[in-house]
Amino acid sequence: MELSTFFQQLTNALSLGSLYALIAIGYTMVYGILRLINFAHGDVFMLGAYFAFYAATSLAMPWWVAFIVAIGLTAIFGMGLERVAYRPLRDSPKISVMISAIGASFLIENVGIVVFGGRPKSFPSIPLFDTVLHLGPVSVLSVSLFIPVITAAILVALLWIVNGTKTGLAMRAVSTDLDAARLMAIDVNRTISLTFGIGSLLAGLGGIMWTMKYPQLNPLMGVMPGLKCFIAAVIGGIGNIPGAVLGGFLLGVLEIMIVAFLPELTGYRDAFAFVLLIVVLLVKPSGLLGKHQAVKV
Amino acid sequence: MKKAILVIVAIMLVASIVGCSKAETKTDANVVKFGVFEPLTGANAAGGAEELDGVRLAQELYPTVTVGGKEYKIELAIADNKSDKVEAANAGQRLVDSDKVQVVLGSWGSGLSMAAGPVFKDAKIPAIGLSCTNPLVTKDNPFYFRVCFLDPFQGTVMANYAFKDVKARKAVIIREVSNDYSVGLAKFFADSFKSLTGDQGAILAELNYNTNDQDFSAQLTQVKSLKPDVIFAPGNYTESALIIKQARELGITAPFLGGDTWEIAEFINVGKQAVEGAVMSAFFDNDAPLTPLSKVFVESYQKKYGKLPSGTAVLGFDGYLLAIDAIKRADSVDPLKIRDAIAATKDFAGAAGYVTLDANGDPIKSAVIKEVKGGKFVFKTTVAP
Repeated sequence: MELSTFFQQLTNALSLGSLYALIAIGYTMVYGILRLINFAHGDVFMLGAYFAFYAATSLAMPWWVAFIVAIGLTAIFGMGLERVAYRPLRDSPKISVMISAIGASFLIENVGIVVFGGRPKSFPSIPLFDTVLHLGPVSVLSVSLFIPVITAAILVALLWIVNGTKTGLAMRAVSTDLDAARLMAIDVNRTISLTFGIGSLLAGLGGIMWTMKYPQLNPLMGVMPGLKCFIAAVIGGIGNIPGAVLGGFLLGVLEIMIVAFLPELTGYRDAFAFVLLIVVLLVKPSGLLGKHQAVKV
Repeated sequence: MKKAILVIVAIMLVASIVGCSKAETKTDANVVKFGVFEPLTGANAAGGAEELDGVRLAQELYPTVTVGGKEYKIELAIADNKSDKVEAANAGQRLVDSDKVQVVLGSWGSGLSMAAGPVFKDAKIPAIGLSCTNPLVTKDNPFYFRVCFLDPFQGTVMANYAFKDVKARKAVIIREVSNDYSVGLAKFFADSFKSLTGDQGAILAELNYNTNDQDFSAQLTQVKSLKPDVIFAPGNYTESALIIKQARELGITAPFLGGDTWEIAEFINVGKQAVEGAVMSAFFDNDAPLTPLSKVFVESYQKKYGKLPSGTAVLGFDGYLLAIDAIKRADSVDPLKIRDAIAATKDFAGAAGYVTLDANGDPIKSAVIKEVKGGKFVFKTTVAP
């Protein structure tokens, strides 16, 4: 492989990986606080993209206003989803909540098909994100430079919220023991709502960034990215925020490298991601950065 | 509590009996049911929607068929195969078992048709493929027919175009490896291109991707290093548009060629500036009428939908008309007799040309070559078989 080709592939890998990382953060955050795998995360991601699309086209908002509106709506939607689908099951076994999450996921997808239509839509081009930059022999879409920056900023912001603020303290308390947290006068409902709000906000942002790079929307667009980012979160250690970023990058790099170095295995690219999930779960279930936690019975 | 459950069960039982008898009475009234078997959601949704538009238009113009002096109303039973091969077999089963259709129309996408083919064959219900071009759809299936040309022809047409018009000598193929249509068409193109150039190495590489993939940067980086004269990338319109867009972003300038699945508004909406100059084979051109019905189709389509027809809508229209024609010739609504009448189709004049079915149930039709120019599909030439 020529050196320029190698660098191009590396760029491809990092740009895909940073996108995975961005979405995986939201996944892992909700899990870290609530011990709930929010299977509807990918569908909230899809909604974020559609909200931005309608705000920018039907309501003719400037793109940045459309993005803010869409991200806000997605966050509110996420809080509503928690209120309707998860809160009533808070005292039920974890498996019930998970099944409810899967149900919510299918519901959102199918309502999406009815409301948005099954035909794919295309996001209008935004020059700031849709410009090709040539860095020596390497070509890169400008949005691919923004995504890692956004991911890094969010990583820092979240670490600060969780570890450096009172709200974050409440989140960690809820995560450790919900009942004890309630006894300590922590508003558990508000804390969980907020966690979902932030998680969904990140999903919405991820969805918008995804459509900037792959400008095509359909109601099932969240399924594969959702699963991939779940895998990324597990690789990094689910519940661990820097782990999700690491896992996202790792998955992106491995996927691109498989296609680059073993082209005959391209068809198995998705399968490979799932094999990786199984291997991680078998060998190091707590993931790369996750800590093994003893579970009280 | 127990009592309540018993009551509910009893009500359900009664409902199911009533439901059954209702369905029975419905079928023996003067109604003939056409099943529309199309992807209305998922990756191929736009393709299915176009064909359904064509079928609906035909139904509006010709809502009844007269058999044995009795007028039958035609009802459509629409089944969404969700662009998924497993779902396709289920959707086909549903049309056969619960909708009890007499004829099936569809599907867009050869792989979907092939998945449901055995279902229609076992149920002995004739199916008319609209734009499924893979030879295997009708092969060894006496109940599957079609109103479009086949991929060996389409592959040859595009290989000829690549060789003579683009003057390409080295090509790269990018195919959707999980899609029978794409893999088949890629092979026919490769065979034909190799024999035209007389060079076994004329295909520099065959690269794969999966349905629903969105990132093709790794494959395209390889394409870039191979420096082909032309890239043949038959596949679903959404993935194809993203492939071309990402190829242009990487600085690949070689022209892209594709098949009939590209001619759909979404291809241009998603690909925008990047798909300018993309060339594809197609079934029909609005400005090149092939039969007296072509004009009727274009005008009534415009009136009903307020836009010019594109892509495969015309084949939905033709499939519906062929089914009516066969019912008239059979003078029966019995699926077996309809099948025999379809099999005997000779010089049937559809909007997209004349259809004469051979022993396999395939017609021989000419292809149209179109190019994306100024955000539109522009007619280039017609290629006769």
